[in-house]
Amino acid sequence: MPAYYLEALTVALGIALLMLEAFGPRDSKKAIGICAAFGLGFILIVSFFAIGPDAKPDANWAQWPLWDFYSYDPLARFYKTFALVCTILVVLMSVDFSSILARFTDHPDSEAATGEYYALPVFACAGMMWMASAKDLAGAFVALELVTITFYILVAYLRRNVGSLEAGVKYLILGALSTGFLVYGIAWIYGATGTMNLAEIGSRIGSLESTVPLLFGIGLILVALGFKIGAVPMQVWIPDVYQGAPTPTTAFLSVGSKAAGFILLIRFLDPLLQSGSPVAGPVILMLAIMAAATLLFGNLAAIAQTNFKRLLAYSSIAHAGFLVLALAAWTPESESGLGSIGTVSFYLATYLLMTLAAFFVLAQVRIQSDSEMIDAFNGLGQRSPGLAMAMTLVMAALAGVPLTAGFVGKFFVFSLAVQAGLWWGVGIAFVAAAAGFYYYFKLIRAMWWNSPGEDAKPLELPQITRVCVIVLTAATVLFGFWPQPILWLLG
Amino acid sequence: MLLALVLIPILAAVAILIGWPARFSALVAGGINLVLGLAAAFTSGAGFWNFSAPVLARPEIHLSFGLIDGMSTIMLLLSVIVTFAALLSGKCPEGREKLFYGSSLLISAGAIGAFVARDLFFFYAFHELALIPTFLMIGMLGRGERKAAAWKITIYLGFGSLVLLAGLVWLAAATGTFDMVEMAKQSVDPAAQKGIAAFLLVGFGILVSLFPFHSWAAPAYASAPAPTAMLHAGVLKKFGLYGLLRLAVPLLPEGLHAWLVPLCVLLLGNILWVGFVTISQKRLDGMLGNSSVMHMGYIFLAIAALAGAEGEANEIALPAAVLLMFAHGISIAMLFGLADRIERRTGTLDLQELGGLAKAAPSLAFLFGLVGMASIGLPGLANFAGEVLVFISSFRNYDPAEGLGPVQITCILAVWGVVISAIYMLRAYRNVFQGPVAKSTENVGDLGLAERIPALLLAATLLAVGLFPNLLLHLL
Repeated sequence: MPAYYLEALTVALGIALLMLEAFGPRDSKKAIGICAAFGLGFILIVSFFAIGPDAKPDANWAQWPLWDFYSYDPLARFYKTFALVCTILVVLMSVDFSSILARFTDHPDSEAATGEYYALPVFACAGMMWMASAKDLAGAFVALELVTITFYILVAYLRRNVGSLEAGVKYLILGALSTGFLVYGIAWIYGATGTMNLAEIGSRIGSLESTVPLLFGIGLILVALGFKIGAVPMQVWIPDVYQGAPTPTTAFLSVGSKAAGFILLIRFLDPLLQSGSPVAGPVILMLAIMAAATLLFGNLAAIAQTNFKRLLAYSSIAHAGFLVLALAAWTPESESGLGSIGTVSFYLATYLLMTLAAFFVLAQVRIQSDSEMIDAFNGLGQRSPGLAMAMTLVMAALAGVPLTAGFVGKFFVFSLAVQAGLWWGVGIAFVAAAAGFYYYFKLIRAMWWNSPGEDAKPLELPQITRVCVIVLTAATVLFGFWPQPILWLLG
Repeated sequence: MLLALVLIPILAAVAILIGWPARFSALVAGGINLVLGLAAAFTSGAGFWNFSAPVLARPEIHLSFGLIDGMSTIMLLLSVIVTFAALLSGKCPEGREKLFYGSSLLISAGAIGAFVARDLFFFYAFHELALIPTFLMIGMLGRGERKAAAWKITIYLGFGSLVLLAGLVWLAAATGTFDMVEMAKQSVDPAAQKGIAAFLLVGFGILVSLFPFHSWAAPAYASAPAPTAMLHAGVLKKFGLYGLLRLAVPLLPEGLHAWLVPLCVLLLGNILWVGFVTISQKRLDGMLGNSSVMHMGYIFLAIAALAGAEGEANEIALPAAVLLMFAHGISIAMLFGLADRIERRTGTLDLQELGGLAKAAPSLAFLFGLVGMASIGLPGLANFAGEVLVFISSFRNYDPAEGLGPVQITCILAVWGVVISAIYMLRAYRNVFQGPVAKSTENVGDLGLAERIPALLLAATLLAVGLFPNLLLHLL
């Protein structure tokens, strides 16, 4: 089955869900979410059978010019799987979040206006899957815009909630700005090299008269992609947008959108940083500065946070800092260890597990305690000890405590940075990770040290959320001991 | 096999969390571990104990456990003995059994895992397993300035572990393998050795409270509940020294030699500076916490002796260091355990407020006196054997023709540490146990049977190793 069927099926699923929403019963919109999850699950299974043109060169479809825009290599397969898993979990989170969705949309007493919320992530997923395969700047741009525009709607979905609207406006304006940067950068690169195909760009770099126009274009694109991944200097939108958006959308932004941004960044950097490239030096310098600034900003700003959702926003900036550090220490893949691309992909996989687990719990805390502050977790160790244990493990994983998956990711990043000799980066990463010990442990402190509030009751997780939290937490601990399965997925 | 030694405390902790009787499960787990640990020590040559399972292909990392040599065996013995004593010590507050015993078991599992790990990744990872349980124990069940102490130790040690991680990663890259046995056969480029040695010395140094990275230790131990203090000061701190002896000394000789003089200065800081700080302490827990920092200086002296050896063999230094690590671990654990008993009975650890406790609690006085003497370095007890060997080892490579080198000068200054520890320990003993009976010590009960068991176990170990050091030395 040719690989592009996956995106086609996903888009078809999205349209089917919209039809279901429009012509289906007025009040049981949660069923759309369940259908979305099942549909995406089906596509996930089918994705293991997808093949590219190399597997069947004689086939009719293998000759199409499509394959100049769309690639299907192990990296693409990994990120498509990533996008599908992330979307499935986000949709499941949305199903359990339906009471909030209902309250803040057009018909506050019913679910009537919430149906699209389950269908939109499917379109975003299709966009992310295409971004994973993008070989060409124009194709990448189109896919990027599909994802971004879908997110504009998702972020502002709670139209009766001022926070959500404000977040939507901020995201729209900064998103439009970054799109402007992206297109302008693509234009400069096209002007400098004469092509938009990434592999072609790589082969034409050597024969350029002057690298300045190319570097200018690269700088612009790095800024634009920095918006997507949440790296300095385009990280200012993250705290406010993450805090205002509905929690499942925040989770989706934090994990899915970030990963899509990174695969695009990886694809973009790969031809530019191959050995012998004249632009490698300046690009690495730009990446190193971005990494240092992002690490410092994300981690130090998180220290003062009292709102857990906002803390997770800064934490996502902090993790982006570690990922950009891995890219700044650019190392090709080898037999004896992971290179930059493998490290970033591995880290993102573990990041998905930890972050989505935290967001699942946050969503329920939001619903049941009507608050997203760290104080809402006070005394959780006494109210719901099992859940508090799971959250402790998740926070430990995010901080990078060994024997959790989060540590293995940071371990690989440190390995790359040390071997590349990026001592400034390593030093800043020390400070950053040590700060992480403080702010992630703030939640652990709240759960175990502080006593519960006056009217605090045990936190009961709905069935779907409970299963997801258990599976994600177990996976986080398991991959801390045995990270090999993620490498198998990387091929 | 050794995997069982690591899994049993972890499984027991999980069982306690889901509702099994806490004290009972913890003691059973500790007891089984003690027996298995002793068995492993007696039969350390057998391959039966080894365990290895691949966990990652690129880079190659295995979850492997094994007693690489006598040093691992002795550290394992230290861990299981102190664990068992720690689980019997300390009073668990009502309703907090799960946290109390669960955390102690996890700290113990981390220590055992770190000492028997054969792979660098899990060597590092298991030590960190103890981080969160320590944070929770000190923060929730500690006393005094517990919250500040808990944050300080967690962030300081977290930072130290990250510095250490960079050094370990660099070392693994330089030797090309993560397996510690394979690594020992490689040689590292001298140019890289200096940098790696710096990272390892600072990283491990923070974990071992090397001066000036020691400020986390005294407040943490003063605030910690007894089992945590016993396990951390007695066992977990030795991780850093074990790491230096296992990794830095054989693989980075030129690197360590480059840092010899700074190391000597810092270890003298531990012995003399922190020693004087210890003398000035007015509370018993502060005194014990600082004394544990101070004694690390002696073990660093042995490491300095190895660093200064410059190619010549120094066969005494390693056994000296290991013996002293063991002896110090046992003695500091016993001291913290007994101090906890004192506090429970009299309600105070202020040296001015105590007095004449020996009248009401003679066994307590005897045991405290025994371990106090051991800590000073009285012959016949294990610490003496270790300390004297350390001092001898620092003169092992002394060539009268060349005059006194940095290691020798350091040793001469370090010997004064014995006097310093005599001053504070004897003064503390006099203030607490002798002299007129104070109000707080009037109607105090003596040690009960359950409380005597851990103290006697540790005291017996000190005596046995002190009178027959070869019990341990033959393993090396």
